[in-house]
Amino acid sequence: MGGTDATALGDGDAELVEDLLAGSHRALARVITRIENRSSGYRGIVAALHEHTGDADVIGITGAPGAGKSTLVDKLAAAYRDHGDTVGVVAVDPSSPYTGGAVLGDRIRMSSNVGDMDVFFRSMSARGQLGGLSMATADAVKALDAFGKDAIIIETVGAGQNEVDVVRTADTVAVLVQPGSGDDVQTLKAGILEIGDVFVVNKADMDGAERTLAELEEMVHRRESPTKGLDGGHHGFEVPNHPDDGAGQGDGDGGDEADGGDGDGGDEADGGDEAPEWTPEVLRTVANTGEGVAELIETFDAHATHLRESGAIESTKRRRYAEEIRTLVRSDVGALAAAEIERRGGIDALADSVRRRETDPYSLAAEIVDPIAECVESDAGRADRDAT
Amino acid sequence: MSAEQETRAIRCLVAKVGLDGHDRGAHVIARAFRDAGFEVVYSGLHRAPEEIVQAAVQEDVDVLGISILSGAHNTLVPKVIEGLKEYDAFEDTLVLVGGIIPDDDEADLKGLGVAEVFGPGTPMEETIEFIRNNVPERA
Repeated sequence: MGGTDATALGDGDAELVEDLLAGSHRALARVITRIENRSSGYRGIVAALHEHTGDADVIGITGAPGAGKSTLVDKLAAAYRDHGDTVGVVAVDPSSPYTGGAVLGDRIRMSSNVGDMDVFFRSMSARGQLGGLSMATADAVKALDAFGKDAIIIETVGAGQNEVDVVRTADTVAVLVQPGSGDDVQTLKAGILEIGDVFVVNKADMDGAERTLAELEEMVHRRESPTKGLDGGHHGFEVPNHPDDGAGQGDGDGGDEADGGDGDGGDEADGGDEAPEWTPEVLRTVANTGEGVAELIETFDAHATHLRESGAIESTKRRRYAEEIRTLVRSDVGALAAAEIERRGGIDALADSVRRRETDPYSLAAEIVDPIAECVESDAGRADRDAT
Repeated sequence: MSAEQETRAIRCLVAKVGLDGHDRGAHVIARAFRDAGFEVVYSGLHRAPEEIVQAAVQEDVDVLGISILSGAHNTLVPKVIEGLKEYDAFEDTLVLVGGIIPDDDEADLKGLGVAEVFGPGTPMEETIEFIRNNVPERA
């Protein structure tokens, strides 16, 4: 019943993994279902797939409802296909906390890739409990990666911590904003701003797009150097620090990406920092017509290159896998504790004994956890003795 | 013992095929399914049979509900079923048809492998019950 059993691969599962690696869409779909359901044996499948992953560019796209995420993802997928790349999409939608039911509507917008099986689109709902969604999404991305997809897009509503965790499983994160949404920009400040590598003002043909662009530029550059605002605090607006910024805001075409990247790299190098920081790009798109989509992909590629060349990809991946390990260990140890609670008559009975003042929560918790801790300690002791 | 509890949900694709712009019924069904605790993928309007197949395969749905009010069911439904077979997805997908289907055609559709046909006025509970009782068992 230990951890090794959990990653053992059954006969049928070995076949499923083989079929997936051989390019069966049905097997890929089935594996993702197993991952979603946490059905028995899914860990073995994901473990077997892991060595085949790591080649795909993983992009997260988030933003408020109605910002145009699905439409943009559709156009992005089409553009990747034009380059000859295959595409996987995982679209996450909320589920009802009451019934668990969900309407997954992102697929409706996928009209540019009709009948093209090389765009694998999968809707997922926020099933399960804490941390489960980001884990399931990350595992689904692994399945798509192992299948051989070149680009994988994770799409999610940027509403809360759960969703932020989801897009953090991507290498490059784009945050979508629609014009005239002063409130959206306010929301962004609360957390999503930190995770964006690219900010996209979608529906840029609408009124107020320029203003939203300017606001985002300002926020991005404030984040870039937190002390800058203090120096120029008495001015209404900050003066751009280096000329590249001004140029970037002025013409906003493809040229500023290369300039901006080089310029920033130089600045950071002066400061003696080995890994140059990535300054988030602010782009404009009209997802309906596909305007700006090519530039957006160029920026994704530039960010991927930046991650590789600066070595940041390693720390990103390390952080992500560390998080995965922690989540898994936490949930497994939690399950051990839950089983122990069951053995002691269930949580309700225990709560009642606390209510009757027969015991207290701290003593109970200690009673339940101590045997587990003892096992861990005796195991560690044995390992120490073995080592000496 | 698996450390995690399974979180299985019944996944349905509610699909509109062909030149049929009437999706009020499909919307109502989608909502009722959601409230029954199902995960519902809605295809959107005017889908070609191969799009429905693509969606059903990729989403790995347990249930495919095809809504047709245009009278083209004898042309479109067989194409969808053929497509599902091509991807080995027919065996464990419950295929339902909703809409206005003459009795003679209903028998033909069932012969093709449609599990049930639901006409106008079918109580929502009946459809949901049918799905709960007939959803294919899977590993």
